[in-house]
Formats: sequence, C-alpha cells, structure tokens
Amino acid sequence: MNRLQSASEYQSWQASLAAAWDDTKPCVRICDGTGCRALGSQKVLASLREEIDKAHLDTPIEVVGTGCPGFCECGPLLTIYPQRISYQRLTAADAPEIVRQTLAGGSVIERLLYTDLQTGEHIRLEPDLPFYKRQRRQVLNFNGRVDPRRIEDYVALGGYKALAKVLTSMTPGQVIAEVKASGLRGRGGAGFLTGVKWELCRQNVETAGSGFVVCNADEGDPGAFMDRSVVEGNPHAVIEGMVIGAYAMGVHKGFVYIRTEYPLAVENLRKAICQAEAAGFLGTDILGSGFEFALSVRLGAGAFVCGEETALLASIEGRIGEPRPRPPYPAASGLWGMPTNINNVKSWAAVPIVIERGAEAYAGVGTSTSKGTMIFSVVGKINNTGLVEVPMGISLRELIFDIGGGIPNGREFKAAQIGGPSGGCIPAEHLDVPIDYESLTSLGAIMGSGGLVVADEDNCMVDFARYFMTFTQQESCGKCVPCRIGTKAMLATLERICAGQGQTGDVDYLLEMGDHIKRSSLCGLGQTAPNPVLSTLRYFRDEYDAHILDKRCPSKVCKGLITYSIIPETCTGCMVCLRNCTSNAVSGLKGEVHSIDAALCTRCGVCKNVCKFDAVLVC
Amino acid sequence: MVHLTIDEKPVEVPERWSLLDACREYGIHVPTLCHHPALEPYGGCRLCVVELIPANAKPRLVASCVYPCEEGAVVKTDSGAALRSRRLTAELLLASAYNTPRMLELAQELGVQEVRYRLPEESACVLCGLCVRACREIVGVSAISVIRRGMAKKVATPFQVASSRCIGCGTCVLICPTGAFEFSGTTGYKYVPPSASAYRLGYYRVSGELDLGPNFVKDLRDLLEVPKDEG
Repeated sequence: MNRLQSASEYQSWQASLAAAWDDTKPCVRICDGTGCRALGSQKVLASLREEIDKAHLDTPIEVVGTGCPGFCECGPLLTIYPQRISYQRLTAADAPEIVRQTLAGGSVIERLLYTDLQTGEHIRLEPDLPFYKRQRRQVLNFNGRVDPRRIEDYVALGGYKALAKVLTSMTPGQVIAEVKASGLRGRGGAGFLTGVKWELCRQNVETAGSGFVVCNADEGDPGAFMDRSVVEGNPHAVIEGMVIGAYAMGVHKGFVYIRTEYPLAVENLRKAICQAEAAGFLGTDILGSGFEFALSVRLGAGAFVCGEETALLASIEGRIGEPRPRPPYPAASGLWGMPTNINNVKSWAAVPIVIERGAEAYAGVGTSTSKGTMIFSVVGKINNTGLVEVPMGISLRELIFDIGGGIPNGREFKAAQIGGPSGGCIPAEHLDVPIDYESLTSLGAIMGSGGLVVADEDNCMVDFARYFMTFTQQESCGKCVPCRIGTKAMLATLERICAGQGQTGDVDYLLEMGDHIKRSSLCGLGQTAPNPVLSTLRYFRDEYDAHILDKRCPSKVCKGLITYSIIPETCTGCMVCLRNCTSNAVSGLKGEVHSIDAALCTRCGVCKNVCKFDAVLVC
Repeated sequence: MVHLTIDEKPVEVPERWSLLDACREYGIHVPTLCHHPALEPYGGCRLCVVELIPANAKPRLVASCVYPCEEGAVVKTDSGAALRSRRLTAELLLASAYNTPRMLELAQELGVQEVRYRLPEESACVLCGLCVRACREIVGVSAISVIRRGMAKKVATPFQVASSRCIGCGTCVLICPTGAFEFSGTTGYKYVPPSASAYRLGYYRVSGELDLGPNFVKDLRDLLEVPKDEG
C-alpha cells in the first residue's frame, strides 16, 4: 500500500475499510494466541481451511486467526460469524463435522458448546457465555475479532482514529489535559496518574531538547499473561497509544521492551510496526503532520527485575539489568540521561480509547479514584481460567464467582493473590472488596499488573507464601543487601517451617525481616517481595501456628508434616497403588491390605491419586 | 544553596549534594560500606539509611548516599527506624561474611546482638561493588564486573578467565573493605581473582599504612577533630 500522506487520506482509507468490514458475512474466527496454540489451535485452523476448500461451499468462508479472546480454560476457541456460535475445546478431528454440520448445514453441534456449570445447559452464542457477560471489554475489545497480523482489520474497526484526531485537532497540551482528565492510572502496578507523568516528562523534554517513550512489556509475574495477550492480539493499539504519547510529550523515539519468552507477541508486534511504518503511522511526517516518531523493539532476557523501570532502562542501554536509586526519576533522567516516559502495555493500549471516546466517557467507568477498566489474568483454583477485563470497582466476588465460575470440584475458596509476587492475598472475608487501587492496598495486596491467583482449601498458605518467596528470591538482582540476603533468610525460615522444623520466634523474625526488606530495599522488587508472606501472616496466622507449634499442615500439603497410610477397612488389596509407587514404599499381596513404609515414602501423592476406593489417608 | 533540617539542626548545602554529603559536612556520623568519596554513589549496602520525614506523608527510609538534599526536607539520622534498619542490614551482611574483621566491627558498631541466619558457605565478598566501580571509574579499564544475579551474584572477570584488560594495579585489592581479593600473577597477565578464602591476608596487609578504605572520610574527620555540635 502507499504511505498515507494526510489525515484525510487516512479517513477515506478508513471509511472504505470500515464499509468492507461486514460482521454479517460468514466467517470463522479462531483464537491464535499462545494459550490456544499450545492446545493445538493451529492444527484446528489448518484442517478447517482444508475442509472448507474440500467442501466447495456456495459462499466462501474465511478462517481468521485472532488474538486471545480470554477464555483460555476452554481453548482452542472458535467463533462462527455472523451468529457468533461459540465452539470450545476443539481438536483437528472436529473440523470436518464443523464444516459439514454448521457451516454447510446450518445446525449447531451440541457437544462442542460450552456447558453452564450451574444449570448444565449448553450455551450457543459467545455473547451469552457467563464468562463474557459481566466483563466490560475496552482494551480487549479487538482481541478475538481482528487478525493481529493485518493492520487493515484494526483500521476498519476505527484503529488510528485517535491518532488522526490528535495530529489534526489537538495540541500536545490538550492531549495531556485529556489523559489527565480521564483519570487513567498506570496499569503496571504503582497506579501513578498517567497524565501527570506525561506532563512531568513533557516539561523535562522541553528543557532537555529530546527524550524517549518506552513500553514496558516485560511481564514476569507467575501466572500473568495480560500484557502478552494485548501485544499478541492487538499490537496496533499499543503502537497507536505510544505515537499519541510521543506527540504529547514531544519525543521522537520509542522502545518496546518485551521478553524473549513471548515469541508470538514479538513476532506480531514486529509485523505491526512494519505495517504501521508502511502505512505512515510511524516514521517521518506521520499523516502529513510533520510529526516524526520511530519505534524499536528491545528484547529482555528473562529477568523479572527488568520490569522495574530503572533496570529496564539499563537493559535497553545494554548494561546489566540492575535498578538504580530514584530520584532522579526516568521522567527527569532516563535513557542515556534523557527524559523518558515508561508506561505499561495496558496503559498505552488504553490511550487511544481515552482520546477517541473522550476523557469524560472514559472516566464514566470505574470508581472515584480508579477509572476505566482493568485486565486480570485469572488463574489457579478457578473454573474459568483466562483473561478478563472488568470495570474498576467490581467486587472480587463477582470477578471470581460470576465471571470466573467459582472454584472447581466444589471446594471452598480460601484466598486470592492479587498483584503477583509483589502483591498480597485477600481472604474469603474480604471477597466483597471493590477492586480499586486504594481498597486493595488497604488490605495488604496491590492492584499490580493484573495477575490473580486463586487458592482453595487444599492450598496451604504457608506453602503458598513460600512459593512466591522462592520466586522473588530467585529474581532478586542482588544489588542491595536487604533484598539479596533478606529474601534468602525469609525463604530459609519458610522452608524450615514447611519442613516441620519451625521454631517459636520464626513468625516474629518473618515479620521483622519482612518489614525491614520492604522499608530499606533499593527498588520495587525488594520493597514488595515480603508482601505474600506478610499478608498470609495477617490473615492465616493460625496456619503458621499449626505448622510451627503443632507440627501439622492443616491443608495436608507440606511434605515434612504429613504421612500417608492405608485405611485397612477400605483397602481391597488391588495393588494399583503398589504398582504406581515410585519409591517402592507400598507393600502387600493381592487381595490383602497394603501398607506404606513411611521411611521410604516420598509423599508424592501418587497412591492417593490412583486409589479408586479412597483407601489412602493423609494426615 | 539548599536548606534542610538534619537531626533538628538547620543545614545549608550546595545544590545536588546528597544527604550523606550534608551529614558529613556537618559532622553527623552515618555509617557506610559501599560508599567511597572518589566513586559515584551506588546505594547498594543500605547501611546509610536515614529517615526522611515529609510534611504530608508517612516518614520513610532513604539511602542517604544517593538521596539528594531537597529544600525544606526534614531528616533524622538516628531515629529508631533508621538505627533498627542498619542493625538488621548489618546482621544480614554477617550471614555470609561472618569472619570478616570489617564486618564484625561494623556489626558491633551498629548493635547486632545475634546473627539469626547464616549461609552455609562463608564469603568475604559483600558485593558492595567498590572494586568494580573503582576499576571502571578510577582505573578506567573495567577488568572486573558483577555477573549473575541474586545469591549467585559475584565479582568476576569477563567469562571468568584471566583478563587481558587487568593491569594489575591492585586498586580493587586496596579498596575492598573485607579483603576478599587475592593479588597474584598468572602467566602473561597480572590477575586479581576474587577469592573467598583470602580475606585474612587481604586488605589490611596489602594496604599497609595507607588507608584507602571507605571509612577514609570518617577517619579523616576524627583526625581533624571536627567539633561535635553541642545541641
């Protein structure tokens, strides 16, 4: 295509693409995100195309690979337009039937539909799925609809409209004022007002002469994949947001810092940048406005600490990914000493929405201090694992039970870890807390970047805290003493407690050291690393006491505190556990009651899992 | 000039000075480990924390060596929180450097009563980064740097082989506060390998009379007998 020379050229191109976009045309959209790909969506996609070719249908049906629509639990996902019939958990073998029955025959295949967990009913259409019904999809709106590899799709649905509006009718000051008025807060964790940050950077750019904008896509929380899905499924929204931000702050160079572990996101992003350059949304004289902006991708090598802004900047500069003390903040002195503005993927992707709909409309969603929507990746002990976008202020209960479908296997909800390894857990008694920055902080958790891990009654909270501590301890860069040695000391204490060697005073030590690390560490990693331990201590002190004083793990998780034995009355002597035991700890003859040798048993739990008669007792 | 209050005493210092600079100018003792007047501040050891008391927010601890003096700031160097933090940091340093004279001295000064956590392996290197920064900033060769991260972090030459960049000047040996370096020559190169076992013959013996350690400024002050403020 030819490079767009002016905003009016863009408008006519956009109008023609929008006119050609037809949601009533038959089309199959299949999730081509990392999650569904791992479940085999590419094979489904290929065999669908093949079957459609073979079937010689009257009307041609396009098969489009889209970004992740979010319902990862039921992948690979497929939606058939125009009706929006939703099929789930597909395999390549389902393709012929889908083509024959649904595409050619017009009938719905019941077995591929979603089954409602409560009523057991099949739900045919995507908008009726309870998972989507309560969501408010703004940033994720294009995920599941557009092909992220085609700029035309994005433009057809109104993409780059906000950029054209900014370049033709707004001054940089007006853009900043609009972002400020929208109340948009940084979606990376700290929740600083984006507009205020931009204004600070703008002032510094005016003095320094130039500067940079950076997109932080170094998402590393265990169980979090919000940023990946946005970059993968809708990379142009991030690019558009960054160009608008660069215009507002008067800078001409930007970087996206993204992890190498996200190959598909990197691929889609690079493609999108090339397309945006070719179309004239990046490069010199953007849409004939005279504004110039270049965007490059920088790959991270998988250090969690590089998500911290100063470490991220050091890494972009080619130095060791270690944080440095602030002030000076990057807005004053960032990349190569120049003013630099860093925002999270979701913040950048929200910018075009703020500009296009206006600050007032954007601020209409959410609470008085937290505006707009937040994207969470909901994982752990939950029925509907996936990516959800909800308005700020929604209660945790709605998020977990209405959208997330509650806890599997009829277990009880115990706690939700919000904010990844930097956050804290929220117990059942606070399930009605509204999700906004202040409420979460007051409960000892943080909004964070949007990771949400659900624990049920089978999870031991000491073990849960130990897991997150292991993560932060391994990811500590080691520059400052409290984080490097302090997290190790806390982890060692937790490991001791989990192994049944807890002592009186351990809890006090954890509290003292946790507070010390939080208050005296150099960067955000250390300052938040003890949060999982401190919040579990706050809400589940009884579990710590049970481990330390009674030498008992109430949830029967910690291997040092449990023993496996066989209930003689229930055991039928079927020998299944004996054959499956990896450490030869089970003995017994066929038809006779078996027994487990505690000295040989590694407490792996295989015997309990394979026993059909519930004859294995853990206590 | 910037005006601030340190330990209830009005203080006036030039712009861009750190809180530590101001403290030292006014004879207020703040312990340091990774700080050296000839090097860029690092902010790694966290022993120099002081309590910053903002007008409308909760007091917080900041590392005085890297925190700039701000107009009107109120700082306490000997608050309970600051002293407690230094004590705990010193205790953590003893987790690995438990036989190093300088660390023991520091721990004593900061009131460490017991060491509740010890690493299985002793190491004299406390990763203060003085050697790496001196090699880069003073000598200008960057023959050593820190590699890896977290507990695995250590000072090493590139690829952990004898470095042709090393000129064998011994600055790292002299500046090391714990004597973690061993000065030796290898064929073809002068080489200073970091060594955990060499701390006893380290710093004190090599440096002899000339004390270039990070406590240099403190000692100088004692020498010049800067009068302590009566208030």
